[in-house]
Amino acid sequence: MAKIEESATTEQVTTEQRIITVQDAKIPEGPLAEKWTRYKSSQKLVNPANKRRLDVIVVGTGLAGASAAASLAEMGFNVLNFCIQDSPRRAHSIAAQGGINAAKNYQNDGDSIYRLFYDTIKGGDYRAREANVYRLAEVSNDIIDQCVAQGVPFAREYGGLLDNRSFGGAQVSRTFYAKGQTGQQLLLGAYSALSRQIGKGSVKLFPRYEMMDVVIVDGRARGIIARNLVTGKLERFSAHAVVVGTGGYGNAFFLSTNAMASNGSAAIQMYKKGAYFANPAYAQIHPTCIPVHGDYQSKLTLMSESLRNDGRIWVPKKKEDAEAIRAGKLKPTEIKEEDRDYYLERRYPAFGNLVPRDVASRAAKERCDAGYGVGNTGLAVYLDFSDAIKRLGEDVVRARYGNLFQMYEKIVDDNPYKTPMMIYPAIHYTMGGIWVDYELQTSVKGLFCIGEANFSDHGANRLGASALMQGLADGYFILPYTIQNYLADQIQVPRLSTDAPEFLEALKAVDEKINKLMKIQGERSVDSIHRELGLVMWDFVGMGRTKEGLETALERIKEIRNEFWNKVYIPGKSQDFNVELEKAIRLADFIEIGELMARDALMREESCGGHFREEYQTPDGEALRNDEDFSFASCWKYTGEGKEPELWKEPLEYEFVKRQQRNYKA
Amino acid sequence: MEKSINLTLKVWRQASPTAKGKFETYSLKNISTDASFLEMMDILNEQLVKEHKEPVAFDHDCREGICGMCSLYINGHPHGPDGEITTCQLHMRNFHDGQTITIEPWRSAAFPVIKDLVVDRGAFDKIIQAGGFVSVNTGGVPDGNAIPIPKDKADEAMDAASCIGCGACVAACKNGSAMLFLSAKVSQLALLPQGKVEAARRAKAMVAKMDELGFGNCTNTGACEAECPKNVSLSNIARLNREFLKAKFKD
Repeated sequence: MAKIEESATTEQVTTEQRIITVQDAKIPEGPLAEKWTRYKSSQKLVNPANKRRLDVIVVGTGLAGASAAASLAEMGFNVLNFCIQDSPRRAHSIAAQGGINAAKNYQNDGDSIYRLFYDTIKGGDYRAREANVYRLAEVSNDIIDQCVAQGVPFAREYGGLLDNRSFGGAQVSRTFYAKGQTGQQLLLGAYSALSRQIGKGSVKLFPRYEMMDVVIVDGRARGIIARNLVTGKLERFSAHAVVVGTGGYGNAFFLSTNAMASNGSAAIQMYKKGAYFANPAYAQIHPTCIPVHGDYQSKLTLMSESLRNDGRIWVPKKKEDAEAIRAGKLKPTEIKEEDRDYYLERRYPAFGNLVPRDVASRAAKERCDAGYGVGNTGLAVYLDFSDAIKRLGEDVVRARYGNLFQMYEKIVDDNPYKTPMMIYPAIHYTMGGIWVDYELQTSVKGLFCIGEANFSDHGANRLGASALMQGLADGYFILPYTIQNYLADQIQVPRLSTDAPEFLEALKAVDEKINKLMKIQGERSVDSIHRELGLVMWDFVGMGRTKEGLETALERIKEIRNEFWNKVYIPGKSQDFNVELEKAIRLADFIEIGELMARDALMREESCGGHFREEYQTPDGEALRNDEDFSFASCWKYTGEGKEPELWKEPLEYEFVKRQQRNYKA
Repeated sequence: MEKSINLTLKVWRQASPTAKGKFETYSLKNISTDASFLEMMDILNEQLVKEHKEPVAFDHDCREGICGMCSLYINGHPHGPDGEITTCQLHMRNFHDGQTITIEPWRSAAFPVIKDLVVDRGAFDKIIQAGGFVSVNTGGVPDGNAIPIPKDKADEAMDAASCIGCGACVAACKNGSAMLFLSAKVSQLALLPQGKVEAARRAKAMVAKMDELGFGNCTNTGACEAECPKNVSLSNIARLNREFLKAKFKD
């Protein structure tokens, strides 16, 4: 990255020159299928005696963080692992329901590493790096083997072999699952491996700690400032490298399927210390969530994509039927078969109800905007299991989806075995994140970013059951290798004192920010301002974006920032268990992220994957890419408080795959 | 159908682990019966923040019943009156207009209160660290299909593995025993060939750690199973006892 840093310091650099090259991204040479093998055979390693002398900070204990911390400790590094929850087992990976993809081809249906790679590249609308995605597909099979060895109770066939199901965007069955709780079981597997290392003393765990800043010494990440959430005290930690796996920033929308504490603050901290924030606009709206129902609502609940294996999505064909349903005068079960519009099957005969998420979400919005939506708000469509129950029987449906049906019934107070579920899209996952090179290293030396927090593998849209795959690929099989290429040069570096001036300065800056927040003593609660931000994000930076809307969003976010920094009220003391303060610190960063998302969406004058600019669509309403002008990852570089960030571009060269208009129709 | 109810809340407030706690009474108006219990708590906290008072601290995160972070002892029941769910999935339609709701933290010697309704469940992590794993490192493992596992065993292991580590079983138990939690992990791994290898060692190590951490003994009252939000079965405790005895006989 030396070249970039040098050129970035000169004022006269033009946009055309702000290019991140293949060499900057450290993509190995050679044929696609050989890149990872070549990398591993030529990378530098650290010998066992030296590993003991090297410390690595891992922030986050989700699939990526826990698997990385465990694997690094098994290899012999000293690991310091942080999480904001009371236990590493509670990271939000736990809530993933449907499954994890792998190219095992156990079903003999024509799957292969290449096909998983291709589906992922295509699913991401040709906006991801080929080399990274191929490596992801390559290690996918190892993940399944690893999890089985840990005692993850995957679903099995009567013959004792592993079972698979189908997911969106694929024509093969490659998704491994554990009931509707796959994320939970995979996370508990990683948690058990992590626990084993904690028990051995090779990982030191810091639960209820939140990262507040990354500390840079001589241009390298050398530690973090973290806040002990129980005492409220700020503490300093040093290490030879820092790995961040803190998940996505979907909660910028306030209402999302993320957990309440999921946040983008670590990403903003890295960004402000020089790491590029890449493709912030790429956010995934998941088509199957329980619709919004009240203004007191705190979160949106996902209904797994796996339901689309057996559920059929429809709205009434006639507007008057939709109106009668909304008025409570008609029940969905009273609508005759010929009066139902199974719009996904109609528009996309080849993939039907299993089109990718972005396509399914937009199709639902299109029907609701056209006046065919159901539910009392008109912002819902049906997901109907009556055919599946007829075909398979209620018991089989219960065995497959019982926990999801129960969850639906507890929330909505309606029995989905008898009457169709109502669903509507909601923000779910963020493909954008901190830019990383092939080694998962950010543009700051010694600072690595893994899992959902980085930008790397999903392009503009992530396929179902690929988040678990990427988190575990990064944590078990990629980072533990690539980080050694960096650490091999650090063996002579002694453990750094946290009394170094850089640590004291970083701590002071965080302390000042907290004091500033505490002193505002305005009249608005954190949540009330966060809800306001969320509405702006949903209305203008959500499923359908326009130039005008995004410009309005940027204006509105400025006002919200102003409102927040002048009117927020935080009760209590800073050096105490103070949930309102935690939320305020996170909201300050969500406001920055919201602005970056809108800015990136405005810049990207095309539609691709989850980013849909209404000005750019095909005559039949599909996303219209512009490969000529926008075939790049947009990497935003922080230039200082109140200043516009710089746009750097990493061109996406497609050497092995021919880009096409995505087609799920035939 | 959605309607609104008025409530009186008696909430345990405790400033710190060493402070003396007490119940505070709050009244809430017009709570939608479609709101979740924790959304009701959010509304209470919004009200408190507006009055420039300190909001009630309580643990919660995923709000979809899987992370195990939420707790709360509601009217004498861990996770409240509705069955098979966590507090975050409990909805206000389970309460009636004018009702008084008493909200307390988990009460157990092994789970000290941190603040208000928040407790320290680190002891559960320590039990897992003592042996709740299969001793394999990353890499170098056999193919996932190398060892067939009968479907019924895999399903049974999955049922045991559905434990979310919330601690309701300990809170429900008059002895403050962690046997249901511990036995769920021991069972899951003992049922699978991958975990079978070190089953005896695991059972002994985890039980020893549980005893050391101040959890009580199991007297088979079954309260843990009745209150478990994930239906983890008492039969896991029987399996743990078998594994434990086998291990002891071998010694």
